[in-house]
Amino acid sequence: MNVAKFFDDMSYGSAPESDTEARAWLARHAAGFGHFINGAFVPSASGKSFDTFEPAKGEPLAKLAMGDKVDVDNAVAAAREAQAQWAGLPGHSRARYLYALARMIQRHARLFAVVEAIDNGKPLRETRDLDVPLAARHFYHHAGWAQIQETEFPDQVPLGVVGQIIPWNFPFLMLAWKVAPALALGNTVVLKPAEFTSLTALLFAELAAAAGLPSGVFNVVTGEGQTGALLVEHEDVDKIAFTGSTDVGRIIRERTAGSGKSLTLELGGKSPFIVFEDADIDGAVEGVVDAIWFNQGQVCCAGSRLLVQEGIADLFHQRLIRRMQTLRVGQPLDKCIDMGAIVAPVQLARIEALVEQGVEQGAVLHQAKSDMPKGGSFYPPTLLTGVQPTSIVATEEIFGPVAVSMTFRTPEEAIQLANHSRYGLAASVWSETIGLALNVAAKLAAGVVWVNATNLFDAAVGFGGKRESGFGREGGREGCHEYLKPKAWVGRKSRTMPSHPQLKSPVGDFSLSSIDRTAKLFIGGKQARPDGNYSRVVTSAKGMAIGEVGEGNRKDIRNAVAAAQAASGWTNATAHNRAQILYYIAENLSGRADEFAARISAMTGASSAAAEAEVDASISRLFTYGAWADKYEGVVHQPPMRGVALAMPEALGVVGVICPPEAPLLGFISLVAPLITTGNRVVVVPSEAYPLSATDFYSVLETSDVPAGVINIVTGSAEELASTLAAHNDVDALWAFGSADLCATVEKLSAGNLKRTFVDNGKSTDWLDRSSAEGSAYLRRAIDVKNIWIPYGE
Amino acid sequence: MEAVAASQAVVSTRRDDTVPLPAFGHNEPRNAGMELDLAWVLDSRVNLSATERRVASLPGRRTVKKDAQAAWLLKAVTCIDLTTLNGDDTPERVKRLCAKAMNPVRADILDALGMGGRTITTGAICVYHRFVATAVEALGNSGIPVAAVSTGFPAGLSPHHLKVKEIEASVADGAKEIDIVITREHVLTGNWTALYEEMKEYRAACGDAHVKAILATGDLKTLRNVAKASLVCMMAGADFIKTSTGKEGVNATLAVTLTMLRAIRAYEERTGIKVGYKPAGGISAAKDVLNYQFLMKDELGREWLEPKLFRVGASSLLADIERQLEHHVTGAYSALNRHPIG
Repeated sequence: MNVAKFFDDMSYGSAPESDTEARAWLARHAAGFGHFINGAFVPSASGKSFDTFEPAKGEPLAKLAMGDKVDVDNAVAAAREAQAQWAGLPGHSRARYLYALARMIQRHARLFAVVEAIDNGKPLRETRDLDVPLAARHFYHHAGWAQIQETEFPDQVPLGVVGQIIPWNFPFLMLAWKVAPALALGNTVVLKPAEFTSLTALLFAELAAAAGLPSGVFNVVTGEGQTGALLVEHEDVDKIAFTGSTDVGRIIRERTAGSGKSLTLELGGKSPFIVFEDADIDGAVEGVVDAIWFNQGQVCCAGSRLLVQEGIADLFHQRLIRRMQTLRVGQPLDKCIDMGAIVAPVQLARIEALVEQGVEQGAVLHQAKSDMPKGGSFYPPTLLTGVQPTSIVATEEIFGPVAVSMTFRTPEEAIQLANHSRYGLAASVWSETIGLALNVAAKLAAGVVWVNATNLFDAAVGFGGKRESGFGREGGREGCHEYLKPKAWVGRKSRTMPSHPQLKSPVGDFSLSSIDRTAKLFIGGKQARPDGNYSRVVTSAKGMAIGEVGEGNRKDIRNAVAAAQAASGWTNATAHNRAQILYYIAENLSGRADEFAARISAMTGASSAAAEAEVDASISRLFTYGAWADKYEGVVHQPPMRGVALAMPEALGVVGVICPPEAPLLGFISLVAPLITTGNRVVVVPSEAYPLSATDFYSVLETSDVPAGVINIVTGSAEELASTLAAHNDVDALWAFGSADLCATVEKLSAGNLKRTFVDNGKSTDWLDRSSAEGSAYLRRAIDVKNIWIPYGE
Repeated sequence: MEAVAASQAVVSTRRDDTVPLPAFGHNEPRNAGMELDLAWVLDSRVNLSATERRVASLPGRRTVKKDAQAAWLLKAVTCIDLTTLNGDDTPERVKRLCAKAMNPVRADILDALGMGGRTITTGAICVYHRFVATAVEALGNSGIPVAAVSTGFPAGLSPHHLKVKEIEASVADGAKEIDIVITREHVLTGNWTALYEEMKEYRAACGDAHVKAILATGDLKTLRNVAKASLVCMMAGADFIKTSTGKEGVNATLAVTLTMLRAIRAYEERTGIKVGYKPAGGISAAKDVLNYQFLMKDELGREWLEPKLFRVGASSLLADIERQLEHHVTGAYSALNRHPIG
């Protein structure tokens, strides 16, 4: 090519960014990278290593250490050693370190950007303009949280040693999302980067050490899935934070069950991208470019499922197909491209196979006729139209530059189609009508909703999913809580399970007997006989039979969950309305306080003073949550754009509750009240030993205008009913307080639909102590925060 | 009656004119316009933030280096409507500008670029009516068209009949292109019929001269207004739509450009007619004009990089491009005084 030829054909030519510095850094480590443990690179204990490849060329790029048990043990030990001292620093000291890391990233921004582009295959435009600046922003933002930690989180303490496992699609940005909050709030970290893309983590470690970060605070162990598994299963790790596939997330949930580890999972998605007929169509077409042809579509929150209103579908697809043709696929370091390489041949093969299947199932294939470089893993921008919801490409996450498109008729149908997914990570809504856009945003089952935008991120705005897209949030205040725990829970002792006294035979006499009161189950607002029609005897502390309750079974749970699902009106009720009902329950309980106290004494043998105190505390707790109903509110974030992001707390949906064995009334109230005040509907299994306080309670509910199905009570075996609830795919969350075994079972079985769990791991809670038994620690677990991004301007 | 019908037939033939025009100047089939489609106009929706995001990411997605950059800049030179629109303009000033239009880049630089054998001139000379005849004479048989700003430029608030007369006078003096200004009031009050009728009359008054409709986007304020005004002017037969007079508070921007290009594309989708685009005002750096070119190519296509469909209204842009071209040739940064003044 020469000037005259360019002048005639007006093609772009190539515009390569220099990789000299990056290659020089790699050359310095040509002998192979070690793990970064306790402030220095160390070789694998086993001496084993593996190659990492350059996706755009298919050639080996560097030699990495393969982490095995010894390496993970050493890294965790280093992190443990450093943790107390790190957490003991004043917030201001940690803020200085975080600030130094932010500055360090900015000073070496281009090196990070080039290494990331080479290692991952993504365009330099993205690493330079998005990944690296956002990573620096996360460190700045969290330097701020460290600075104000003592005043903003006075009742919280760090978790300890955190194991973090990050994916290959945003290697450096995910490092920042995970490492910045963990370190800021006083935790130490062992990071396992993805085997395809470990280089920026190693570069960060090297430069962080040079910037003065104390040894052991941040450690990196490289390796494959097995290395991550070792970290997950390590006994001295307090938390696992994972971003990756839903399948692996599920395995991690199972393997950490019962370990007491805190867990955050950022998993897959099949996020809807909804275009209404009153959208800026060209703007929305460009939105698709940012949604699915960003990072080669290897984005967990990619808007991969286009839902287009039928009347504009042809026009929209026509313009989208036209737009696709001008996208350029090329070498990651070329500054004149839109898409780079797919991370690895195995991913490319997966994309090809899924697209092939989609076409076999009737989808119409549209691909850009891009000139693609030879030799690496490249895939063109792709659109599949005419996709039916039954097709594999409509339900499976493809994780490539492939959008699938379907149509809808009405806003209601758009919401239905959008929510008809196992996932719930993100969504994008395009409409120029504010009422329509916000209404749809509010009704979408997603952790993040972008109005007339897509793939916007900021450190101050929490990110995370619903359903099988995982749980926990990253960024902002809610993200901080993922790395903290209530001070009041530190040092909780293992509970002693109440012993069941030997049932003594009653001796009949001729005195006037009380009228038999048969406690039933309470399902859908009605007293119901147990499906199996068996009962179990409830004894007093002295072993006398004092009543019988239904022996609930899995069918009773099924019925209770169905009733709770049907009671969705409660979730949409006004906060004022929910508050009124909580106060009304308290009022009616108060009217029967003596009776409830007597029942507690009869079951547990507690003194009447203690029993009265439990009833009083229950009434007070109901008031507390009545108070919170209209005060547990969201916030308005100010991300760096003209617009707002609304962080809205939303009910989880249907929540199972396994009440603690002790405190038969107060335990029940302490778990049910925060859930219903935030709009959840519950299926409650009362204390197995002392169920009568709960069964007595349904008549209080009946007189308190609680809508049918909001609170359902199923008595019986806690273990058996908890197992059914944990495995139930239409239950959104499960709170289980009881034995350590019960908690482990609950966590393990919850992996099916990745329901949120809240367990006490067999530790006892002082239910009378307000600091450990009520308030935001419970409310926070009763909701998910949805962030709705609303850019504005005319 | 027959005579009238015959003359109409002649007019309609002329509208589909395929007679070759000079190399520089419009040689696309002219935009015959269409009935005012109000439903289409009112259906216009432009999301500002989405528009801004697209243009913000553009410089990261497209760039040209080395030979490609020199070629693109040279192409930009051929699209410049070299302009002087000042109260102190005189015939000699205009002649100087015409000389520059005919020789915009030093011959030795063109030789070094391997472009010595090509005729490189600017797209047009753009002046007030008073200097049309001067410019036509000065440009001789160079083939460079003279564009006249008209219709009470820049505010466009002269009596309507005088505005029409002004167009006719410039055409009579030899202007091949007329840059009219629309009455912004019609847009700001939503009087689309009035805008359409006005534009249609201007178009008729231009005869064979091609007409560029200046929307004065800085006065219209919202992108929605820009989109609607673009459509109405194209429906009324504008051959080009142009952003600004250069006298508004805000002149050409990439966001406004994207909006107008999308309107041009939508118009082509429906009618098959290619309408040209002219940003004006504020484009003074070589790197700025490249971004406009990238948008033209990616949003509309290769054809829209040629002067027949793309013009840039500018007075100081050329000087910066000359410096960049010399730098490309010599490797040393250049200075303004090394290039003849225009």
